[in-house]
Amino acid sequence: MRIGALLVILALVAAPVAAARDCPKTTLADIEDEVMCPVCGTPLGLASEAPQAQHERAYIERLIAGCKSKDQVKQALVVEFGDSVLALPGDQGDDSFGDVLVYAVPALGIVLAAGGIAFAVVRWRRRDGGPGGRRGATPAGADGSRLEDDMERYDL
Amino acid sequence: MRRVLSPVPIAVICVLLGLFALLAYGLASNEPDRSVENALGRGETEAAPDLKLPKLGGGGDSSLAAYRGKVVVLNFWASWCEPCKAESPLLERWHRRMSSRNGTVLGVDMLDITGDAQKFIDEYDLSYPMLKDKDGHGIETFGVVQYPETFVIDAGGRITAVRRGPVDERFMRAEVEPLL
Repeated sequence: MRIGALLVILALVAAPVAAARDCPKTTLADIEDEVMCPVCGTPLGLASEAPQAQHERAYIERLIAGCKSKDQVKQALVVEFGDSVLALPGDQGDDSFGDVLVYAVPALGIVLAAGGIAFAVVRWRRRDGGPGGRRGATPAGADGSRLEDDMERYDL
Repeated sequence: MRRVLSPVPIAVICVLLGLFALLAYGLASNEPDRSVENALGRGETEAAPDLKLPKLGGGGDSSLAAYRGKVVVLNFWASWCEPCKAESPLLERWHRRMSSRNGTVLGVDMLDITGDAQKFIDEYDLSYPMLKDKDGHGIETFGVVQYPETFVIDAGGRITAVRRGPVDERFMRAEVEPLL
């Protein structure tokens, strides 16, 4: 009888632990940077105190408590708010040209900026340091003799 | 002259002009649509745009056109919006008053979680029909810029008044009562 009671108690204690172990390890922090706060127009992670964002967070936490995976939580948000709730390019699943541009434009910008800086540096070095450049050249004619006089006068 | 026409200054000027154009476009596109207020200010009324949305809680779609021939108080709200809580009992009273006189309040729950909206409806015992604007289509269509907003639409489908913010008894008496 005692053994039976002990087994029942053990089963009751073990059941929630086993259920928790089966739940996917989804966290609010993991999701809130990948979804939008639709009213705020920013990712949820940036909309800290807005009441609409707090409601959305509470909804996500309820879903997590209900053992939903990250993808299931996102899907539930899409049902509530439409595809525009997804913050990451490509998440909306339509493989649109815009998703490619999101990555391509910054990369192109960085390449162009690096090229521009390199071009400017090369030009600057040629102009100031190369043969016939200004560095090291002394003024000629009247300017040159006036410079000599000034340097002698100030004992430089 | 040669220095001015060299490619680097031209490129810099082009980039700056592009940035200014982008800034101007951003500012212009974020300007709220005030055409309804402008028309009302001139003593004119605009036809209400058609709005087709799913019914909150399921049961298919419904549209504003389905209410043509009735006076409609179109109220945009959300469950987390505090002023919406304050005006809801008033809207419910007016809906009951209007329903026997060829009128209705029509709620549009904007960018909200359905469960939260249902709780709100139960808490304030709201009986008027509700639509769900899940992705902001209605907000764009009516140029809604804040929560709540209310548009009064006459039986001919024209917007006769608008309130950006919560309605009160005075607004309803002045703008809705004469249409019934």
